[in-house]
Amino acid sequence: MKETSPLNLYKQLPQTNCKKCGEETCMAFAAGLIARTRKVEECTPLIEEKKYAKKLATLRSTVAPELKMVYVGVGDKQVKVGGEDVMYRHQMTFFNKPPFAFDVADNMEEAKLIERVKKITTWRKFYIGKWQGVEMIAVRSVTDDPAKFAACVKTVMANGNGFPLILCSFNPAVLKAGLEVASKEKPLIYAATKDNWKEVAQLAYDYKVPVTLSVPFDLDGLKSMAVTFAEMGLTDLVLDPGTAPNGKMLQQTLTNFINLRRAAVEEAQRDIAYPVMVLPINAWLTTDDPVRAAYWESVLTAAFVIRGGAIMIKHSTEPYSMMPDMHLRFNIYTDPRTPVQVKPGIYKVGNPGPESPVFLTTNFALTYYTVESDVASNGIDAYIIAINTDGIGVQASVAGGQLSPVKIQDSFNEAGFDWAGQKYPAMVLPGMAAKFSGELEDLFAGKAKIMVGPEDSGRIIGWMKDFWPPK
Amino acid sequence: MADKITLSDLNKTLTEMNVQSLEGLKIEGDVEIDLDVGAGGVGPLFAYYFGEQAAKIAMQLMDFAKAVGYPVQNLMQPVAVAQAISPAPKDIAAAAAAVPAFKVASALASAKFSVGVDKTWKHPIQEVTLGATKADGGSRGHVVKLGGEKAMPFFPDAAMPHAPKITMDVFDMPIGMAKAVKMHYEDVINSPGEWAKKAVRDFGADMVTVHLISTDPLLKDTSAQDAVKTVEEVLQAVDVPICIGGSGNPDKDPVVLSKAAEVAQGERVLIASANLNMDWEKIGKACVDNGHVCLAWTQLEINSQKELNRKLMKVAGVPRESIVMDPTTAALAYGLDFAYSNMERIRLGALKGDDELTFPMSSGTTNAWGVRESWMVRSPNKDDSDWGDRMLRGPIWEILTGYSLAMAGVDIFMMMHPTAVAYLHEITQSLMGRIEAKTPEANAWLKMGV
Repeated sequence: MKETSPLNLYKQLPQTNCKKCGEETCMAFAAGLIARTRKVEECTPLIEEKKYAKKLATLRSTVAPELKMVYVGVGDKQVKVGGEDVMYRHQMTFFNKPPFAFDVADNMEEAKLIERVKKITTWRKFYIGKWQGVEMIAVRSVTDDPAKFAACVKTVMANGNGFPLILCSFNPAVLKAGLEVASKEKPLIYAATKDNWKEVAQLAYDYKVPVTLSVPFDLDGLKSMAVTFAEMGLTDLVLDPGTAPNGKMLQQTLTNFINLRRAAVEEAQRDIAYPVMVLPINAWLTTDDPVRAAYWESVLTAAFVIRGGAIMIKHSTEPYSMMPDMHLRFNIYTDPRTPVQVKPGIYKVGNPGPESPVFLTTNFALTYYTVESDVASNGIDAYIIAINTDGIGVQASVAGGQLSPVKIQDSFNEAGFDWAGQKYPAMVLPGMAAKFSGELEDLFAGKAKIMVGPEDSGRIIGWMKDFWPPK
Repeated sequence: MADKITLSDLNKTLTEMNVQSLEGLKIEGDVEIDLDVGAGGVGPLFAYYFGEQAAKIAMQLMDFAKAVGYPVQNLMQPVAVAQAISPAPKDIAAAAAAVPAFKVASALASAKFSVGVDKTWKHPIQEVTLGATKADGGSRGHVVKLGGEKAMPFFPDAAMPHAPKITMDVFDMPIGMAKAVKMHYEDVINSPGEWAKKAVRDFGADMVTVHLISTDPLLKDTSAQDAVKTVEEVLQAVDVPICIGGSGNPDKDPVVLSKAAEVAQGERVLIASANLNMDWEKIGKACVDNGHVCLAWTQLEINSQKELNRKLMKVAGVPRESIVMDPTTAALAYGLDFAYSNMERIRLGALKGDDELTFPMSSGTTNAWGVRESWMVRSPNKDDSDWGDRMLRGPIWEILTGYSLAMAGVDIFMMMHPTAVAYLHEITQSLMGRIEAKTPEANAWLKMGV
């Protein structure tokens, strides 16, 4: 959506202020459409009343994302691919984090296949109140044998917990065999090429599935293919412009991604505005050293998470590389429009009483929630005071002066914390603020004891065993 | 009688009508049916319902005609045909979906891809030189150049004149380090000079940063006199350009850094750093007086960065070619999103001509090691999957923290882990097209055996 004025969207709404959508006015709803917090479908009169048909059509085309959004899979595991509006995240936000599809192959022994599928589908990591994980499985046909591929897809589906699939082969007969098994779950097929595109187009039509167009390092050829497919009525497309994992072609790869994104969101070239696939898995073709391959795969993943990759096929399931990749994707796709601070003040975790400690941290949401989850998940009853550091974390606010002994004193005074009511009046400083302890002891003399906690709140549980209650 | 009746109304009326009551009826003139089909044209479903209604009316009229004695039998044929060809809605829906019929194209269309460059990027980033060789009054073996970009990093609009550089951290006293980092420095931890040598000789550092943290009143509170000895030691140990960092104490740093600036006169070091919360003017002037470059440090806030840069230039008199910015590195998983967007906004603003922002940027990438995920053996959260080998996990944390900020516009990285340094060098050089390698076949992954 290029439109930035709610007024222009308001013109396409019923303008009755009927409140059925929950907003007070149609103008407020229009503002929600601009921010993409509301959907056209939530204006029920516009959908249901025939007299609005023309407005509805206009509005739908106006609010459509600049970069086409393609759905893969069905049900609650369905993924949205693409659908972006901006080049840089601060211009609004990036909406749909690129799904990570980890690969399996049809020449894998069944037990190993099942084990890998389980690993892919169950991996998880908690971060800022959410579980991070893998979204998809890519099934590669190594054998080129339709029957073997179909059997493999069947096994993956039986153990895949509803994860959407990418069926990967250049052989239309193999893809067809896979689709016979999996088409109801709306997999993405990979791929139509300059050699097989007629057969693959027919498959995409017959089975009603999204399709990847693979034309490596030839954007004219890729665009020709996209235009041809769109003319046939096939617009659920994903583009594979080629991912070179090394050398000068890697520079070309990044250039291609930047140019495709620009064409889509800055120049509104609708005929090439489809989500783009990245293949970090190619790192595994550059080395025999698995650690080196996993490292390089992470680096490639990072490059294209930042610059326009919409869906990725990956290989390393080692947590040491999965974790950083997941966090980078999370950070880049975090909505910069939403506040990330908690209200300063005293919070209760569990049922704290006179015998509970008071942990001190900052009002940076990430810091606060990390401390809270470390305290809560270990069943500790405690108070946490979130000091107003303008949303800056402990380490940086100690360095920058937003967290200081005087500020800590003021915060306790403002919160009106009753030290006298505590059996062990003591505050636990984050280890990274240890250097404040001397000055705080002077400030709180006779009122509260100053204790230095661990550098990381993950170690609070161990710290409690050693130091609480204070002697 | 209603002003308007629908086809259904008419049909209903006829159904209810007693045909005997229509004796002597005379129908004349044209029957005109005006269909308001809207923007969508006559769809198959509409056609079906219209046909159904029309047929019913026809049947009623024929019954009526028969009742009044008109020989309608001869006309029954068309009616019967009309009924027979009226398909069920299901079939119609299927037929509607098939229109127009799918047909595989006979050949690929011929299209050309083209896209422009960003025309708003008109202002290059200031080029800044660190270090001074003998010819320039210093003793460094080479200089390091930062800046000069005319586009976002690695964008096709304009090539980057200089590759991103890495300055490795050296501390003037032993500090707590993650195990994966510590193992590389245990042998030099008590000797800043040896530490600096190792960073340059073994780990390929472009520069070293000597952090005078022992001067912190809350740590060892060593004097500025002691600190400058460390600076001299490092300057003698290596001949790369150096960066001199304070302890971060806002009262002590201006004193310590000014003294260090004097001792390093002529070497064009990077003085880290001036901050709005301290006597930035003293630090800025020490840079001007001794020919150094000033690192302007602010915390994740673009307007503060502008304010500090402005003050350093206008009040302290620091020339444009002697300013580098540190807008703060919040590491991966610990607020990287803020650091990333803050830097990207700064760089885009600079390229568009905000001359309070057109300076090279520095990143304290070592902050990655403050993130629990980079160094902890296992997750404190019992429900997490296994975190894997921390000795392998930590370096990637530092690589991705640095690399993502390289994409946002950082020119120089302060780093610690040798593997992270090597990878950051490799990926940034690769994206500048400086590394030759045989690229595997684009489709080989599909059938690879791993």
